[in-house]
Amino acid sequence: MRSNLGFFSDEKFRSIFFQTLVVGLFALGLFFVISTTSYNLEKRNIATGWSFLQNPAGFDISFSPFLEFKSTDTHLKVYFVGVLNTLLVSITGCIAATILGFILGIVRLSSNWLLSRLVYIYVEFSRNVPLLLQIILWYSILIQLPRVKQSLQVLDVFYISNRGLYSPRPIFESGFSYVLIAIVLALISSFLINRWAKKRQDKTGQQFPVFSSSIGLIFIVPLILFFILGSPLSFEHPELKGFNFKGGLVIRPEFIAMFLALSIYTAAFISEIVRAGIMSVSKGQREASAAIGLKQTWIMRLIIIPQALRVIVPPLTSQYLNLTKNSSLGIAVGYADLVHGFGGISLNQTGQAIECMAIVMATYLSISLTISFFMNIYNRSIQFKEK
Amino acid sequence: MNEMNEVRKPPVATTGIIGWLRINLFFNWTNSLITLFVIYCLYQFIPWILDWTIFSADFKYNYLGEQITNQEMCSRNLDPENGGACWAVIYVRFYQFIYGFYPRVEVWRVNLAYVMLAFALLPLLYTKLPYRKYFLYFTYIFPVIAYFLLNGGLGFTEVSTNKWGGLLVTLVLGCTGIALAFPIGIMLALGRRSKLPVISMMCTLFIEFIRGVPLITLLFFGMVMLPLFLPEGIDMDGLVRVLVAVTLFQSAYMAEVIRGGLQAIPPGQYEAAKSLGMSYWRMNLLIILPQAIRISIPPIVNTSIGLFKDTTLVIIVGILDLLGIGRGTLADTNWLGLSYEIYFFVSLVFFIFTFGMSRYSLYLEKKLKTGINMGAD
Repeated sequence: MRSNLGFFSDEKFRSIFFQTLVVGLFALGLFFVISTTSYNLEKRNIATGWSFLQNPAGFDISFSPFLEFKSTDTHLKVYFVGVLNTLLVSITGCIAATILGFILGIVRLSSNWLLSRLVYIYVEFSRNVPLLLQIILWYSILIQLPRVKQSLQVLDVFYISNRGLYSPRPIFESGFSYVLIAIVLALISSFLINRWAKKRQDKTGQQFPVFSSSIGLIFIVPLILFFILGSPLSFEHPELKGFNFKGGLVIRPEFIAMFLALSIYTAAFISEIVRAGIMSVSKGQREASAAIGLKQTWIMRLIIIPQALRVIVPPLTSQYLNLTKNSSLGIAVGYADLVHGFGGISLNQTGQAIECMAIVMATYLSISLTISFFMNIYNRSIQFKEK
Repeated sequence: MNEMNEVRKPPVATTGIIGWLRINLFFNWTNSLITLFVIYCLYQFIPWILDWTIFSADFKYNYLGEQITNQEMCSRNLDPENGGACWAVIYVRFYQFIYGFYPRVEVWRVNLAYVMLAFALLPLLYTKLPYRKYFLYFTYIFPVIAYFLLNGGLGFTEVSTNKWGGLLVTLVLGCTGIALAFPIGIMLALGRRSKLPVISMMCTLFIEFIRGVPLITLLFFGMVMLPLFLPEGIDMDGLVRVLVAVTLFQSAYMAEVIRGGLQAIPPGQYEAAKSLGMSYWRMNLLIILPQAIRISIPPIVNTSIGLFKDTTLVIIVGILDLLGIGRGTLADTNWLGLSYEIYFFVSLVFFIFTFGMSRYSLYLEKKLKTGINMGAD
């Protein structure tokens, strides 16, 4: 039975018709936006194109731990400094948030009522207060620390003041590269030992002390090499000269505030994920492993955690993505990340909003995609392998 | 015989308060040590925080009995040994925190809007409300009323949005963002699951793009780029530009949540609807969406909490929400150095809203777990 609409009720025709319509409308809208934009840009005398990237920036960036930055450097370099700063705070934040989150998640399940309540209160407070407010709060605490002249001294080598944390800067002398090579080799070989030991255990049931041998390889061998080469490492200590410290390594309060706020905020979410993950492992698993006489620490390491990880990793990935995106809030305290340095100051100086925002957005997209990609690989490696 | 039948009470040490304490706080040596350590820390911390926030704090008058009008008159600035928090700043600036710079003569309009908002939310939050249908009619027309009430028009004098601020802006951004993102999110979710490849691809690209970039870049987009996209003569209000960005952001997240709900609908429901000869839209409107939305309400509330917290980001593009008013107050020489009081207050307001919302979503989750049957069996 066909309706009197004729070929319009044909599914294939309708599908093609609607899709062409949508594409057409989209193209029309795009054309409209592009034409008005180019008209507006011309009218406001805003330059277009990518040549501004080669122009000198004309401003200073106070926090650039990896690249030396002067005000005569180009906007392109501002971009690289911004990306590195974003990555620095994101990676350190993710590591700290994961460690803190796992500890808190396990403590939250502790049989001690008081301790678990305390963690609960922490989690509720830090989840329910806006992150931006927490960043600003940490920053305002840090800049109320004593001035440089009255700075707090920790262990005689660290100085804490409202200008940041000053610590000795390590200076690597000629032989140090051998130590680094030794560490890398040790890491690779302990990874190989781990694989070999697993294979042998699967085949013969014999165990190999993987953990202690890896520790020995990674720490002790490079350490011995370090002393044989005559300790090719020295420290440059910060010294108070005039109104500020000279030399040494300085960690700015902007970075510390971002790092603390991001990791404490995200740790609250991670701890809930970890708690849910551990609780998702059925009670029978714990009882069964206790019944065959496994030690308490082994139950956690061999039975509970591997099963819990399957539940934990997917939401953990989205927390890492959130933390990375949230690192863009550095602009509120003047942390020179991608958004503040390149999307903020460079954009204002050049006025090329479209180009700057396009670059910033594309960069965040590629960082997000990279994190998802690696976490998906990890996720696949820990899922059930059905034989 | 008689003795054996008598019910023996459990040992005292496992029941009652003592039993509870033994099991939960002093189970073994390490547990007891942890408990004692935590109690010691709390003993150090709680009296200090109570003293600072309440007992030695100034609320309206300082310890000399004078009414506080600037930070120099706070007890702790007159005498550092004496006095804790100086809440007078909240008292003096309370109007700005709640209404921004809204003219005082017109402020009844904001108050009326706040009350009406509560009535509009009532039927959404509490489904067993008597006469819910009529309340819902009010909810649907509330946005229109609120627009004229707050912005002016229809006989009300106009109050431009740059005079709005504080909690007013936070609530306007949060509520409008959530309300607008909801229908857009549904369309995007349906689009992403659509069988038409072009539509599905476009929706997927949009959602993944928005979710891949930080909100702040979208706010910059709204503030800096949007005016360039529009033809001359169309001058968008600052708050509207921010709202566009916030809505785009929220609708992508909303779409993913609703897509999760759509995926949970068993295929039998689609097949049954189609076998009755329903069209695509009838099937979705009458059969699929009501069920999908119902199961995705808890995650919808959770993303809404996220949005409510994220509205603070608008201070970076110069809109004065609650946090913005707080920072503005701190920049005033009269109230310099009272950052802890102000941030504490702003955090508390946010905490009340978001904690309330998260409790509500937990309550919904529990209710859904007991009351759902989707005919999958």
